[in-house]
Amino acid sequence: MTAPLVEQKAKASRKSAELKPVINESGIEVKTLYTLADVISSGGIDQSPPGEAPFTRGIHSEMYRRRPWTMRQYTGFANAADTNKRFKYLIENGQTGLNVAFDLATQCGYDSDAPEAMGEVGRVGMAVDTLRDFETAFDGIDLDAITVSLTINGTAAILIAMYFAMAEKRGYDLAKLRGTAQNDILKEFIGRGTWIFPVDSSVKLVADTIEYCAKIAPKYSPVSVCGYHIRESGATPAEEMGYAFCIAKAYSDMALARGLDIDEFAGRLSFNFNIFGNLFEQIAKFRAGRRHWAKIMIDEYHAKDPSSGWMRMIAGGGGFGLTIEQPENNITRGAYYALVAALSGAQTMALCCYDEAYTIPTPKAQRISLRTMQLLIEEIGLCDTVDPLGGSYYVETLTNQMEDKIVEAMNWVDSVGGIVKAVSDGLIQSKVSAYAYERQKNTESGALRKVGVNCYVESNEEKPNVEMHPYDEIGANEQIDALRKIRDERDNEAVGRCLRALRDDAVAGRNVMPAMVQAVKAYATVGEITDTLVGIYGRFAEPTRFS
Amino acid sequence: MSERRIKILVGKPGLDGHDVGAKVIVRALMEAGFEVIYTGLRQTPETIAIKAREANVDVIGVSILSGSHIPLCRRLREELQEKGLYDKLWIVGGNIPEEDRMVLKQLGFSGVFPTGTKTGDIVTFIRENLK
Repeated sequence: MTAPLVEQKAKASRKSAELKPVINESGIEVKTLYTLADVISSGGIDQSPPGEAPFTRGIHSEMYRRRPWTMRQYTGFANAADTNKRFKYLIENGQTGLNVAFDLATQCGYDSDAPEAMGEVGRVGMAVDTLRDFETAFDGIDLDAITVSLTINGTAAILIAMYFAMAEKRGYDLAKLRGTAQNDILKEFIGRGTWIFPVDSSVKLVADTIEYCAKIAPKYSPVSVCGYHIRESGATPAEEMGYAFCIAKAYSDMALARGLDIDEFAGRLSFNFNIFGNLFEQIAKFRAGRRHWAKIMIDEYHAKDPSSGWMRMIAGGGGFGLTIEQPENNITRGAYYALVAALSGAQTMALCCYDEAYTIPTPKAQRISLRTMQLLIEEIGLCDTVDPLGGSYYVETLTNQMEDKIVEAMNWVDSVGGIVKAVSDGLIQSKVSAYAYERQKNTESGALRKVGVNCYVESNEEKPNVEMHPYDEIGANEQIDALRKIRDERDNEAVGRCLRALRDDAVAGRNVMPAMVQAVKAYATVGEITDTLVGIYGRFAEPTRFS
Repeated sequence: MSERRIKILVGKPGLDGHDVGAKVIVRALMEAGFEVIYTGLRQTPETIAIKAREANVDVIGVSILSGSHIPLCRRLREELQEKGLYDKLWIVGGNIPEEDRMVLKQLGFSGVFPTGTKTGDIVTFIRENLK
């Protein structure tokens, strides 16, 4: 029996009066129901098909029907030989890209025998001292068949030079070589912290790699701009994307100042984004971001090549969303993250592993992540149609609203003098750490619900112990011995000549990449090259403001 | 102790760049009314000890997520003792496995706070142990 309309309305309003407002992390109030009116009042629906600017629905017309996303789990072990073995294991299991982790000494520019490297050699990834380590790590791996992503920032220019030198030695044509380096130093100042040089010089080095790749290795993606770590550090989803765009614009501006045309490099820029949080907010974030990046490239940078406006992205990680409590829940969380990435049109997924909240993922955990992605492709139907949520009143409205929030975040950066200044002064760092603190307080109070942490906690529940891979002292010493042997055996006069040439180019403000490639070919070490540049550029002095 | 504000140095030794937690703790301690000095990343045990002595702090806290907490704390202990800071309260937080907690306590780090510790528990610990 239907009640009279008036009564229905009264009931509905009584009901809504009792409901608590829902405001997503980006600051958008979520309604209980969306209709066409919401879509229209928020800006309407972008009717462009996928593959056509501004790419709200995807950067390719057929998306996963043509080719599913690349699966690229993050891996890197103590030394090059072990890493090589794990790479081969993952390739045998159907992984289609490699994502290389490096140890902290390599990331911060220290050789394995430097005092600063003590206790860190091979701990969180592969140790790299010279080109020899790259030759070993990629031995027997077909660089045409599999694309390699180097998760490296502070020393990215050096490792890109090593990758090119190694590929060249093996007979690959650099003009056709594909691959990616993370090489996003601006986000390192905001979160993750593997900076070395002051902000200006660091950005200059990124521009050097972009310029060099545009000329020598045009298929190689020299930069993957990371909203991911900014989000981990405390930014909202809208800020994550807005700040990432500010960073990508800063690199683009530097490259343009070198006389490059936007279409020479913009198509090779890619992005790395975070997934944890509200599912619809993330999906709307990606749709809105894709559209907004295309607008930036077309309207502000006058890009002509459609691929210049592509927001190509890797997604699937969300370390902050995982919990050490009831860790099996992380398998479920990871599956939802993969779903979000698939529904959002990600090009590549690096899915987080259920045990990564307390250890470096085991092979079993990595296999579960890989299978989770394969399940979506093979069993659940995620590859059948493009942008399956397009047209949803809620998703379309939220997409419009998220774009406004992204613009708001970018405007704030402009209002404080641009991204380089905001990072040099520590303004963004302070802003995101304030939000991280709010998030912590809300988790502790239970206002922010976290299953297994502040709700559905079982009594007598055993927390898994934090497992640290025991530090491999023997392996570290082997790495150091090998390094010293190379230092003895190489042509040290040639190394000295190469490092002097590098210094001269750095002093003169020239692109240092050609000299860097020569230096790594002569087996100059990561530490020697870094020290040479520190001698010219200096080191970053970290601002530690909390207001 | 009650006449003056509790002064604490929060340090990040080693190459580990994970500072979200350290910065959350800094804010929590500031909100609790403590005077907090944050060293920033990439400190050596020696620079932490020097800064602690210069600032004449009551508490020295370090945050380590890379897994190097035992060797780093061992060296920090030497530095702190050498600089006459053995009577200060030493605490450590981070990714610390159960079996390492006692080792760190024996080294003199009386407060050991694994990831997931509530910020309020750290504040309480400091207040109670400085009496």
